[in-house]
Amino acid sequence: MRERHVVGHNVRKVDGVALVTGGPVFTDDVRIPGMLYGKILPSPHAHAIVKHIHTAKARALAGVRAVLTYRDVPRVPHTTAGQAWPEPSPYDTYLLDSKMRFVGDRVAAVAAESRAIAEEALRLIDVEYDVLPAVIDMEQAMAPGAPVIHDEPDSTKIHDRSRNIAGYILREIGNVEEGFREADYIVEREYRTHRQQHTPLEPHITICWLDPNGRLVIRSSTQVPYHCRRQVAMILQMPVSRVHVIKPRIGGGFGGKQEMLLEDICGALTLASRRPVKMEYTREEEFYMARSRHPQILRMKMGVKRDGAVVASQLTVLATTGAYGSHANTVQGNTGSKVLPLYRAPHMRFECHVVYTNMPVAGAFRGYGCPQGFFAQESLVDEIAEQLGMDPVEFHLQNAIRLGDTDKLSAQLGEGREGLPRLVRSCGLPQCVEKAAAAIGWAEKRRVHNGPRPHLKRGVGMACTMQGSGIAGVDWASAFLKMNEDGSFFLQVGASDVGGGADTVLSQIAAEALGVTLDKIVIASGDTDNTPFDVGAYASSTTIISGGAVKKAAEKVLTQVLAVAAQLLETPMEKLGRGNNEVFTLCECRKAVSMTEIAMHAMYKEKFQIMDGASHFNTDSPPPFCATFAEVEVDTETGQVRVLHLATAVDPGVAVNPMQAEGQVEGAVTQGLGYALTEELLLDGAGRPLNPNFLDYKIFSAMDMPKLTTILVETDEPLGPFGAKSISEVPINGPAPAIANAIYNAVGVRIRKLPIRPEDVLHALHAQAEACATL
Amino acid sequence: MKMMDLPVTVNGRSRAWSIAPGELLLDVLRREGFFGVKRGCEQGECGACTVLVNGRAVNSCLMFAAQVEGCDVLTIEGLADNGKLHPIQEAFLDHGAAQCGFCTPGMILSAKALLDRNPHPTEAEVREALAGNLCRCTGYLKPVEAVLAAAARMAEEVGP
Repeated sequence: MRERHVVGHNVRKVDGVALVTGGPVFTDDVRIPGMLYGKILPSPHAHAIVKHIHTAKARALAGVRAVLTYRDVPRVPHTTAGQAWPEPSPYDTYLLDSKMRFVGDRVAAVAAESRAIAEEALRLIDVEYDVLPAVIDMEQAMAPGAPVIHDEPDSTKIHDRSRNIAGYILREIGNVEEGFREADYIVEREYRTHRQQHTPLEPHITICWLDPNGRLVIRSSTQVPYHCRRQVAMILQMPVSRVHVIKPRIGGGFGGKQEMLLEDICGALTLASRRPVKMEYTREEEFYMARSRHPQILRMKMGVKRDGAVVASQLTVLATTGAYGSHANTVQGNTGSKVLPLYRAPHMRFECHVVYTNMPVAGAFRGYGCPQGFFAQESLVDEIAEQLGMDPVEFHLQNAIRLGDTDKLSAQLGEGREGLPRLVRSCGLPQCVEKAAAAIGWAEKRRVHNGPRPHLKRGVGMACTMQGSGIAGVDWASAFLKMNEDGSFFLQVGASDVGGGADTVLSQIAAEALGVTLDKIVIASGDTDNTPFDVGAYASSTTIISGGAVKKAAEKVLTQVLAVAAQLLETPMEKLGRGNNEVFTLCECRKAVSMTEIAMHAMYKEKFQIMDGASHFNTDSPPPFCATFAEVEVDTETGQVRVLHLATAVDPGVAVNPMQAEGQVEGAVTQGLGYALTEELLLDGAGRPLNPNFLDYKIFSAMDMPKLTTILVETDEPLGPFGAKSISEVPINGPAPAIANAIYNAVGVRIRKLPIRPEDVLHALHAQAEACATL
Repeated sequence: MKMMDLPVTVNGRSRAWSIAPGELLLDVLRREGFFGVKRGCEQGECGACTVLVNGRAVNSCLMFAAQVEGCDVLTIEGLADNGKLHPIQEAFLDHGAAQCGFCTPGMILSAKALLDRNPHPTEAEVREALAGNLCRCTGYLKPVEAVLAAAARMAEEVGP
C-alpha cells in the first residue's frame, strides 16, 4: 500500500473543538425571533376512531396561534421512512388522521407562544373516541377476525391489509428440502427478540420558519435531509424547490433519525401560523412516539453433514412493524439477506411475514434487522457445533463465506425488491476470529468454569457477523469541491454527519486525494440548498458511497490543479507529483509551486475557479466482517449475568480514521450489550408504554461497562475509497449471541429470548436442575 | 407573572438576571445563550445538562434557577481560558472521546469536578464520576481514557 499522509491517521474530528467547547451547533442552539412552540396531542388509545374533536376552546386560549386536526391538512398517503424514491415501505401514514393506530399516534397539533400555553391548549382539545379492539400480540395479528388496522382505502403498497400483513418475503436458493435430506444432523429452534429504542441523547427536534422569500426552512435533527425535503414537499403539497432542509450537528441518530418524523407537522404549523415553530420530543415521547427496533419471532433450521459442512439453512420470521410499516420490508429483508449468506450453504430459504400491530412504530435501527437474525443464527450454530463435537471457532472457519465467494441470496433480496449479487472482494474474517479468540483467552477459558465463589460460574462464547456498505445499486451521493485563494478547498457534501465523524472522514479522503493537509479542507454538509445530493446517513454507506463521491470530485479537481501547475512549472502534468500543499516536478531538480500560487494564478491570471463535482454509486455492497467473543460470569443463585470482557475484531477495509473507527465499534458494542441484557421498551396489555424513561429503561452507563477490547483487521476493498468499506453497524450484531453462548458455556442453559433477564436465566437453571433430578 | 432578580456568577462574570420563580436553571441558562447546557431528559437521568455550581456537578434540569442565587456557576462555555482549551477538552479531542458531542459538555464538566477534588483518580473513580452522564455513542471507553490522560497531563504541568 502506498504511503498515506491523511487517510489512515488518527486526526482530530474537524468539528471537535465546537463540540468540546459547547458551541451553538445543534438544532436547538439558535434564537429565532417570534418562535412558537409546537406540541402533538398523542392518542391515549391503541386503536380508535376520532368520532368528534372540538378545538374551539384551545383556539380561544390566549397565545395559541394554530390548532390542526385531520380536517385542516391535506391527506397524502406516505411513509416516514427516509429511503430513496420510490420508497419500498408502504404508503400507510398521514400527516393527521381520524383513526388512531397506537398509543402516541397524532390526534392534533398546536402551536403557541410558549411551551406551557401549548400544553394547556392540548388539555383543552375535546376528543370523543370510538375505541376499537386492538392487536397487541403479533402472533394474533393474522388470525381470522383480528381487527384490521389499515382499513383505509387510500394506503398503498400494503401486502395484505385484510390480514394486517404489511410485507411478505419468500426467497430460496437451491432447494432446502433437498438440502435437509442430504444433512446428517438437523437442528431447529425458535428465538424471540424485543423492542429496543435508539435513545439518542438529543431527542428528535425540528425548527421551521418561512424565509424572506416565503420558502419553508426546516432545521432538523435528521439523518436524511434530502429524503426529508422530498417527503415534506409531497405531504404539504408544495414544490421541492420551496423547501430548504438544514442538518446542523446531530446528537445521535442510530437510524431513529432516518425518518421524517416531526418535519411535516412542524412545517404544517409554520404554514398555518406564518410564524417560526419549534417542535421537540420529550424523553418520554421519544421512547414511544419515535421509532424502535422491530421485535421478531425467528424459527431457524440448519442441516449439516457429519464433517461439519452446512448444507441447508432456513429462517422463518414473524416480525411486527407496529402501527405503520416504516422500513417494514427492508429491515426484515436484511434479516435474511445479510445473515444467512454468512455460511456457504448451497440451499437457503428465507420467509418472513411483517405484521401490523397497535404498538409503537418500528423503524431503522443500527444493524437493520441483523441483530435479530444473527442472534438466532449464531445461537443455533453454537448448538450445532456442540452436537458435532466441534469447537465453534473451527465450525465458523470451515463454513463462513470467504474471499472470492458470491452471496447469491443478496441477488434475490435487495432493497424491498430484487437486489444484486455480492462478490466478496476483501475478507478479514478468519483473522478477526483468530485475534478476538486470542484476546479473550478462548483456548484456556473454554474449559474452566469456576468463578471466584462457588455460585459464580464463568464461560466464553462467540459469534461471527457481517453487514453491508451501502445499498447496492440504490444509494448514491455527490460532492463538490472548489479551490480558494489560500490553496484551501471548500468541500460540499450532502452526506449527513450524525456524530459518527463523517465530516472528518470525508475531509480526510479529499485531503489525501488532493495532496493537501487536513486543515486545507473546509467542509459543509447536509444542507439541501448549499450542498449537492446525498441519500443520507444510513446502511453503513457514508464512507464508501459519499467517500467515493468525494474521491472522484477530488480527482477531477486535481486534474485542474495539475494543469495550472504544469503551466507554472513548464512541465507536463504526467511528470508532476503533489503533497504537503504543493505540486512538484518528479525530476531531480524538484521545482515546486504551492497550492496558494496555483489558486491565485487560476483566479486572477487565468480568470477561472478550480472546481468540480461528482456523483457516485456502487453496484455491490462489500460486507464488513466481525467476530465477537464474550466472557461472562453467571450468578447461579440470582440468575444475574455479568459480562467480564467483550472482544470485538472487525474488518472495515481500510480504516480512514482508526481512532474514530474504534469509537464506532465501542459504541455499537455498548448498544449491543444493552440489547442483549438490559434494554426493552415494555407495553401493558392496552399498548401503553410502561418504562419510557432512563430510570426504568436501562442503557449502559460508564460504571456498567465490561472490559472492551477492539481490534481492527484491515483489508483493502477494491470498491471503497482508499480501500475502505464500513464499520458503524456490524459490531452491534455480535454481543447478544456471543453472550448467550457464553452463558451456555458457563452453566449449560440456552437462553433463546432477548433481553436475557436474570429471571429467565434462573428459571432455566431451575428447569435444568429439575430435569437432572428426574433422570 | 411576578419576576425575581437573580444575582449569580456565571463563568466568572457576575450577572443580574430576571427570572420567574419556578424556572429551572437549565431553561434560564439556555435562554441566556449558554447553549452548551443540553436538554436530554429533563428528569435528572441523563446528565446532558450538567453544570458546576460552586464546583459541584449538578443536573441543571433538577434545580430551580433561584437556588443558584449568589453561587458560582460554570458551564462548558467558561472552561476554556481565553481560547486555550482545558486539558480535559484537549484530551477529549486527542482520544476521540466526543462523537456526536451532545453529552460531551456534561461529561467534561463532571470530569472537571472530579479532577478538582481528586487530581489522581483511578479508572474506577473516573467511571463513577461519569456514571451520571449517559452517552449513546462512545461506550465510555475513550471518555474514560481521556479523563485519565488529562489527569496525567495536569499532574505533569503542576510538577511533582
